[in-house]
Amino acid sequence: MNEGPDPSKGERPEDPSAQGEDCECQSRRDFLKSLVKTAASGFLLYTCGFERLLAEGAEAQGAAPHQYAMAIDIHKCIGCGRCVDACKKENKMPAEPHYFRTWVERYVTPVRGETQVDSPNGGMNGFPEIKEGEEVLKTFFVPKLCNHCENPPCVQVCPVGATFRTRDGVVLVDENYCVGCRYCIQACPYGARYMHPVKHVADKCTFCYHRITKGLLPACVEVCPTQARIFGEADAPQSPIRRFMRFNDFRVLKPELNTAPMVFYAGAGKEVR
Amino acid sequence: MFSGYIYPNEYELQWSLLIVLYPYLTGLVAGAFILASLERVFNVKALVVVYRLSLLTALAFLIVAPLPLLAHLGHPERALEMFLTPHLTSAMAMFGFVYAWYLLMVLLLEVWFDYRKDIVLWSRQKKGILRYIYLLMTLGVTDISEKAVRFDEKAGKFITIVGIPSAFLLHGYVGFIFGSVKANPWWSSVLMPIVFLFSAIVSGIAIVILIYIVTTLIRWKRPDMPCLNKLAEFLLYAMIIDFSLELLDFIHRLYESEESIHILSDLISNRLFISLIVTQIILGSLLPMAGIVLARFGRVHDEMRRILYFISAFLVQVGIFSIRWNVVIGGQLFSKSLRGLTVYKVELLGLEGLFMTFFLLMLPFVILYVLVKLLPPWTEPTHPA
Repeated sequence: MNEGPDPSKGERPEDPSAQGEDCECQSRRDFLKSLVKTAASGFLLYTCGFERLLAEGAEAQGAAPHQYAMAIDIHKCIGCGRCVDACKKENKMPAEPHYFRTWVERYVTPVRGETQVDSPNGGMNGFPEIKEGEEVLKTFFVPKLCNHCENPPCVQVCPVGATFRTRDGVVLVDENYCVGCRYCIQACPYGARYMHPVKHVADKCTFCYHRITKGLLPACVEVCPTQARIFGEADAPQSPIRRFMRFNDFRVLKPELNTAPMVFYAGAGKEVR
Repeated sequence: MFSGYIYPNEYELQWSLLIVLYPYLTGLVAGAFILASLERVFNVKALVVVYRLSLLTALAFLIVAPLPLLAHLGHPERALEMFLTPHLTSAMAMFGFVYAWYLLMVLLLEVWFDYRKDIVLWSRQKKGILRYIYLLMTLGVTDISEKAVRFDEKAGKFITIVGIPSAFLLHGYVGFIFGSVKANPWWSSVLMPIVFLFSAIVSGIAIVILIYIVTTLIRWKRPDMPCLNKLAEFLLYAMIIDFSLELLDFIHRLYESEESIHILSDLISNRLFISLIVTQIILGSLLPMAGIVLARFGRVHDEMRRILYFISAFLVQVGIFSIRWNVVIGGQLFSKSLRGLTVYKVELLGLEGLFMTFFLLMLPFVILYVLVKLLPPWTEPTHPA
């Protein structure tokens, strides 16, 4: 009778080259095999299923799909700066100048010469009188903030993914993850980001995410006395944004950069950048 | 002072002197390595004298290159996140991988293969602690039979061939970090990685010339003139290409005359006149090119030639540092509203100040000193072979 191994019983045929060695060699081979299998399945899980699983979990917890947007009617803004003040208070921002999540610019176009722009202390305390004797063709105010772009360059460049676009269309910064490299600040064409002087992370407008997720309006919209700022969902049928888009000729800032901003301006001329 | 209108958040400059240092240092690394590869792969025999020195120079600068980045981060303690959870669409997230690849797979390996035989010999000859250091550096591979040494040679050549595109990647990639920022018209240019690359080669060759001349002086040796001449020639060629590319970029911008052209010409005439026109173009490019042409092709005595080479190579360093300054700082001196200019005040003390920059600039030379002591790169036999 042949006393050799029977493959049908799961026994291995003896490798002639392994003769003389003990069985440690085989167990090492098995170990390596299972190592490769584990790594491969881990990789598969990671590449195709894992992330989506997590995302679906979050969806199930009740985050309904939104597409938040803001519209700004230049004709209505009186440059009072209450939005800037409210933003600083609501978001507990550094009081000193040069750190703004939103600010107001004043454009003054003289009859002759170039348009002048200013924004003293972000327009928070209003604006000084225009110099007398200067013949002014037109003047208007432009509130600025993060444009919550659909194609945000800041999100693209963040090396650790600390800044991201939520599924309801708001661009946020995870302050517990940001390394503070400032690349996003460089990548933002609108000057909407700054380095938080205390937290040492990038900071910016969140559309007051803590408020809008509770059904409230962003602080700047809430306090605006002339309703120059309008907030809502871009794709909801009864949204004030829809109404704004229907009745106004509007534009976005720096459209040539293809950032697809979600802040829309009515009445802003081409001199607004 | 400030002029025109800048966005309120733009008063603070985001990337400081340290970020000027970073492309300067990586440029030296890439340049020195490409120089070394000229001997190894392209068989430029005259350069064999500086082959090992260029490798060690590249290594010394590469070790320091990430430090300015680290010191600049708002949260340096989170720096490893870039390795562990990189955001794959970010050019910056690739830094860790490009850097690790270059350090571990290219430079360290090449140095090891190149020195392996010597290290084994030293580990047998030296005494005391040095002996153990060399023994550790052999990584347990003490076979120096003819076959093994031939393999070292082959492996070294292979690594250099892999290393050339890697060096291009290392510095071209740094250029891409700036060139891909569409928000900034001063940076956003497809030529940026290529300009960075050639300026890197220029700076790398120039630093090896400087280090070679100084080290031969210290060692009371006569510099090898054919080698120096060859170095100067390559430096000149690289400079001509680099200068032409920059000129092309300049003319292209001027001719296209986009929306940003007004603020950029304001930038050049009001903020960058000294660092761009004077130190980058005149002192850092035209003058040294003339110096090298005069020294290489004119009828000059060897002593005078060396002095001219030295001064030219030094001016090149000034010029290259100005290029990095003009890119990094220059790109932040105008508002993205394209309506105004801002200013940059260099700190003296502090983590991002002048002293720190000077320290980081000197550190590679200290490391190079240690490396040269440990792994003498001089070609005259230091041991009976």
